[in-house]
Parts: sequence; C-alpha cells; structure tokens
Amino acid sequence: MLKDQTAIVGIGETRFAKRLEDTEWALACQAIKAALDDAGIDPSEVDAMGCFNQETTPEFDIARSLGFGDVHFFNQVAHGGGAACGVLGQVAMAVACGVANVGVVWRSRKRGDPSKRQWAGVQPRIADHWKWSRPHGLLRPVDEVAVTMRRYMHEFNVTREQLATVALSQRAYANNNPKAIMADKTLSLDDYLSGRMISDPLCLYDNCLESDGAIALVLVRSTDVDRHQQPVYLHAFSQGMSPQHQLMTDYHGHNPLQSSSWTTAANLWRQSDIQPSDIKLAQIYDAFSPMILYCLEAYGFCGRGEAADFIADGGMSQQGRLPVNTSGGSLSEVYLHGMNLLTEAVRQLRGEAANQVAAADSCLVATCDSTPNGAVVLRR
Amino acid sequence: MINDLPLPVTNDPVDHGFWASALQSQLVVQRCSGCRLLRFPPRPMCPKCQSSDSGWQVMSGRGKVWSFATPASPLLPAFEALTPYVTAVVSLDEHEDLRVVGPLLLAPGGDIQGVRADQLSIGQAVSIEFKRLADDVALPCWVLEPSGRQGE
Ligand SMILES: [Zn+2]
Repeated sequence: MLKDQTAIVGIGETRFAKRLEDTEWALACQAIKAALDDAGIDPSEVDAMGCFNQETTPEFDIARSLGFGDVHFFNQVAHGGGAACGVLGQVAMAVACGVANVGVVWRSRKRGDPSKRQWAGVQPRIADHWKWSRPHGLLRPVDEVAVTMRRYMHEFNVTREQLATVALSQRAYANNNPKAIMADKTLSLDDYLSGRMISDPLCLYDNCLESDGAIALVLVRSTDVDRHQQPVYLHAFSQGMSPQHQLMTDYHGHNPLQSSSWTTAANLWRQSDIQPSDIKLAQIYDAFSPMILYCLEAYGFCGRGEAADFIADGGMSQQGRLPVNTSGGSLSEVYLHGMNLLTEAVRQLRGEAANQVAAADSCLVATCDSTPNGAVVLRR
Repeated sequence: MINDLPLPVTNDPVDHGFWASALQSQLVVQRCSGCRLLRFPPRPMCPKCQSSDSGWQVMSGRGKVWSFATPASPLLPAFEALTPYVTAVVSLDEHEDLRVVGPLLLAPGGDIQGVRADQLSIGQAVSIEFKRLADDVALPCWVLEPSGRQGE
C-alpha cells in the first residue's frame, strides 16, 4: 500500500495577486525553486514531475529551465479543480514504487485577466458534452453549481444565511493570513446578503477569486527523509469518479447530489488508519462555496443534509469541530486550482500556519466536488 | 468572445437523431436495442448491457422541474442580452432519472428573456417546446404549465 511511504519535504509559492507581471512559466520556476530550497534538494536530483493538463506549464519547459537531470516519471492530471490531489498522489505512487526518487508537483496560473476565464473562450459550435447545457443557458461553472445548490437548499431547507458561513469563515481566516489576497478586506453577513447575484442562489462571495500565482511541493520516499527536513506523510490517497458522472453537469445519474466525492471518500477511508472522527482539520476545494457543504457530507463529517447546520454552528471555524480552509482558501487567499489547500495542510502539520489549529496532526485535502476528483489524508 | 449564442454540433452520428427529431418538434431519447434501457444524453454504448445498437423513442415532452439557475452578469454578450432568464433541469415524466436542460418559457411561444426565479419552483410541471436557432438547430425549451399538475 501507499500508506506513509512518501513524505512532502518542501513547499514553495510566489506572491499572490490579482495581477502579476511574470508569465506562468516564470512563476512556476520560482515556486518550484522555492520548494526545492525549502527541502534542501538540488534541482538536478528531481526525476518525477506532476502537473495539471488544463492550461499546463509543460514538463520539458520546467525541466530545462530549472536544470533537472534525467527525468523518469511525468504525469498530467485532468479536470482542473479536481486534479491537485491526483497530481500529488500519482507522483507519490511513482516514488514509492521506486520508478523515481524525487518528485515535484506544481500549479502556475494567471486567471486575473477576465479574458482567461474559460467560458469566455466558448466556441460558436460545441461538440462535447457541454452541447447539452451551454446553448441552453448554463454557460459557466457557477451556473452548473447553482443548479445543484438550489436543489440541495430545496431538499434540506438550507438558507442563504447558512451558506454565507462558508464565505465569512474563510474571510476571517484570510484576514489573519498576510499572504491572502483578501487579507485586508473584511466581510460581514450584510455585505454577503447585499452582494450581487452571479447565478442565483450564488452571489459574488460564493465565487472563488480570479488571481495569479504559482505553488509547488516536493516529495520523497519516507526512508529518504533527512534530519534537516520536516516531513508531512502522505497517509492515504484516492481519485474518484462516480457511475454516470458527467463533467460539471452531473445531472444525469440516479442521484445528482451524490457526486464523485462519495466515490473518492469511500476508497480513501478504506485505506486510512485515520478516520473522519480522528481528523482535526480539512482543506476542501472551494471554487464555489456549496462544495464545502457537499464534501463535509461526502467525506463523512456530517450526515446527509446536516452540513449547513454544522457550519452555521461554527463547525468550520478555528475553534470548531473541523476547521476548514484555514488559509482563506480559494474564496479569500488565492485561486490556484486548489494547490494552496495542499500547502496550507503542510504548514498546519508543521505547526507554522497563520491560523494554527492546536494539535493538528492529520488533515484531509479534498478536490473539486463537481468533477472527477481526488483526495489525500496527510499526517505529521 | 463570440457574439451569438453557442450552438451544438448536430451532425455527430451519436446524437444526430436527437437534433433531427428536434427540428420536427419531437423530444426523443435513446432506447437500447438490447435491454430497452432509455438513456440521455446520447452515448454510443449502453452502460447496462454494452449493446451498441439503439433506436430513438419519442417522449411525451412532459416533466417536472428538478432544479434551475438564473445566470447574471458577467456572461457572453448573447446571454447578457437574454437576462433575466432561467435555465431549468427537468426530470421527464417517463423516468425521473432522464433529465433534460432547457431555458424556461412562461407560456407557449414565449421568450427566453424576461423570466425570473420567483416565477417558478422546483417540482412544477412543464412541457417541451423547440425554438429554431439555426437551419440545423432547434433548442429544447421548457414551458411552465398554467396550473394543476404540480409535482412532488
Ligand atoms: Zn442495454
């Protein structure tokens, strides 16, 4: 099994901002170099590489810039926000199996420019599965998630005031995180409720930031960790895609509210000695705030339809049962397809987070609920 | 950014039958020739019996609103011009797991533009109407039924 055989020994990131001058290529190089410096590993030792296939910064461009030597494993994982844990987990499997020795994973992205938004590039004719929803008016990811959230609110009597807890909790975390893009901007319930609707019932504050930056992590076999490094072990990993899943418009299975997260969660906990009741905190992909509610239930932290009460009672705040997205997440720190959730998990388990959770010894990181996705359990 | 509404490719052999029927104002879904499972959206193989043979079965065109969204700015220009509008996901009366997406109309022959979220609710009965957007494209839309046939 993969359990605890690999460890994250380096993290690195650029500045985060609405707009950075450097290219995605340059930002990726800076983040990877910072992560290798953090690990105390020379670039020439890296021989496994993992990245996203969407708007990618290709392996060969990275390797020939940073001065990697002979590379023995490289992978690109699909589905944007669902990819981050798959990128990490697949590199971990290659390193654990001995195919390679030192792995680097990264995400670099410039989304601050509105023309970079994917829906802005929709073509006059649509050939893929989006032909069944985009011409009909569900243009953007936020529209696709608004459909499931309206149904969820209907089935479980959830209010916008309850949903607001996600945005407010994460903004409070960001207000204490100097790196967060929203570090200096507070958010009140009145602000939230008067925010303009983007796709009813989702308002501006239910949407992630559009931002620029890059993040990287370095991973080695646990037996190769040296005394200068502070390892965070990859305890369990799974990807997941549910039966009849259709990307982002997952409306055609028997229960559209039972997402791919349920598939990922079952196989993750099967492999994990650390169970939901043991987990001290979680980082959950949050391109849109409803995904927090969906994942809290899918990963077993609350029962069906109970997540809104769980968070409204303070469950995801720093003193709550399960602090969630403690850096501010994609809603208030930076939107980098969820890679900041992995680095925040590492900082928490090293004991060096801005919003440090007491006795943080394990952390769930879960990716996008609305796509094929993945998750990891990390531990000290 | 494109200025017109994006349209579906309609000459793909997997789903050409759907778009051809739409031009005749008929809603069809695939029916497996092997096990008779109805499926939508169209796929080249039956997920239950793996048969590659299928035909098209005409549906009543009636269903109930499963959920809906009301997109607002920022949108592509063609959708900005349609706001306010509602796009519904509708469960067909033949089987609730067959769900078809379409913009909502308040009356037969009505406009997509000018519909607000407070004018419908989940579970409400609807019937299909096809709007001609191009020589090869008739888009499925859902018309609110006036009264009585509330679902759920
Ligand atoms: Zn069949």
